[in-house]
Amino acid sequence: MKYSAFSLLKNTLSGHKKWPPAWRDPHPKKDYDVIIIGGGGHGLATAYYLAKMHGISNVAVLEKSWLGSGNVGRNTTIIRSNYMLPGNNPFYEWSMKLWEGMEQDFNFNAMVSQRGVLNLCHSDPQRDAFARRGNAMRIDGVDAELLDTEAVRDMYPFLDFNNARFPIRGGILQRRGGTVRHDAVAWGYARGADRRGVDIIQNCEVTGIKTAKGKVVGVQTNRGFIGCKKLGLAAAGNSSEVAAMAGLKLPIESHVLQAFVSEGLKPYIDGVVTFGAGHFYVSQSDKGGLVFGGDIDGYNSYARRGNLPMVEHVIEAGVAMIPGLARVRVLRSWGGIMDMSMDGSPIIDKTPIDGLYLNAGWCYGGFKATPASGWCFAHTIANDAPHKLNAAYRLDRFRRGYMIDEKGQGASPNLH
Amino acid sequence: MLIKCPYCGTRPVEEFTFNGDASLQRPTSNDPKTMDQWFDYVYLRDNPKGRFDEYVHHSGGCRAWLVITRDTQTHEVFGVVTARDYAKKRAKA
Repeated sequence: MKYSAFSLLKNTLSGHKKWPPAWRDPHPKKDYDVIIIGGGGHGLATAYYLAKMHGISNVAVLEKSWLGSGNVGRNTTIIRSNYMLPGNNPFYEWSMKLWEGMEQDFNFNAMVSQRGVLNLCHSDPQRDAFARRGNAMRIDGVDAELLDTEAVRDMYPFLDFNNARFPIRGGILQRRGGTVRHDAVAWGYARGADRRGVDIIQNCEVTGIKTAKGKVVGVQTNRGFIGCKKLGLAAAGNSSEVAAMAGLKLPIESHVLQAFVSEGLKPYIDGVVTFGAGHFYVSQSDKGGLVFGGDIDGYNSYARRGNLPMVEHVIEAGVAMIPGLARVRVLRSWGGIMDMSMDGSPIIDKTPIDGLYLNAGWCYGGFKATPASGWCFAHTIANDAPHKLNAAYRLDRFRRGYMIDEKGQGASPNLH
Repeated sequence: MLIKCPYCGTRPVEEFTFNGDASLQRPTSNDPKTMDQWFDYVYLRDNPKGRFDEYVHHSGGCRAWLVITRDTQTHEVFGVVTARDYAKKRAKA
């Protein structure tokens, strides 16, 4: 059923008791053409684009828990395409263009809000670095503006412009960046995939990957063996565990990232503001809560919760940037598992095993990439070859010396 | 997370800097034919869900290098030894 003003009116008249389920809850078949491990944003987007762009709908998405319980429901909702390196920004810009058409495309309100993403700078060299990044963006046809102190003051007068350690010298602004309602992205892609014939199997944990003569034949799950011709891994923070089932060791460490929501406040932070030097970023949700976070805790973790020192560090940075935050109460904090890669950039590629495809290494930046990741992974699986946009995200780039290292930190996952 | 440094006693986690998997074996050869071993060592990780030996620097305290055995799912700390003792024990094995 298509959501529309007409369907809303019709269901209002019948007391909202006749809305059909947004997606089915089928039993897994004996086999499929394609199985995707991981029912998060990327896995669901992949299934959606396999069906929509490639006509491949004999697909199952296997999710070990309930749909949306992973990072797609835990992130801080930011979308942007302001990366610098050539292998990176065209991909993120394609994702931005997909965000812009998404709600009409999958007939679901995802609250795509292009309210602007502003990164603050605090010194001349940092402003030079921002100018370089902005120019790299513009070379790829992406919007970028360099603001001075007064222009930042116009947008956000409540920032601490007198901060002695980090005076605000300006910032780089991407007006088309913003926020999206993260749960709706999972639901919209799930519903869209399901309507096109994809089976979404929840509470189905993959316990083994079966291969024969170097080719994938299927997966063992807690709901039985399911055969497939092609298998896509989209397990985010659990990628190492799943890849090990196929005998693969990945250039990935899993780390915890914490995020926070404050009590509801009247609207006053109109866009996304980031204080990179202090590791803090914030936006305000439509419910009024401030959604904010900082850096990863720094140690390997699958716990989905972090420790108090990082909570204190993030909030100190927030109060340094916005002194008025000192009186705001934090409502909720949580953590997610970040698949930190060895260069801070993702992997969307075939693997040495025939019919096995890998989508991993998103670090803490996977949400904004959801549409393009699904789109490119679907292309890679359907054609058994990467698209131009994910051609640089090769698994063997570390071996060959073609790392995509935006921060220039080298082979230390916890520094990216 | 509280960590019992062998020199300083029990200290809170913010005094420590983490530096990854301590179970890795650094290759000893400069022969280009051992490039695969170097690649494994620099880039590939087991990344276990469960018991994990990691290098930790007591950067905010005595600055000793330690190896902590910790569960990455529960954060339970099973043991803390100096990096030297860890290396000695591994050499014996």
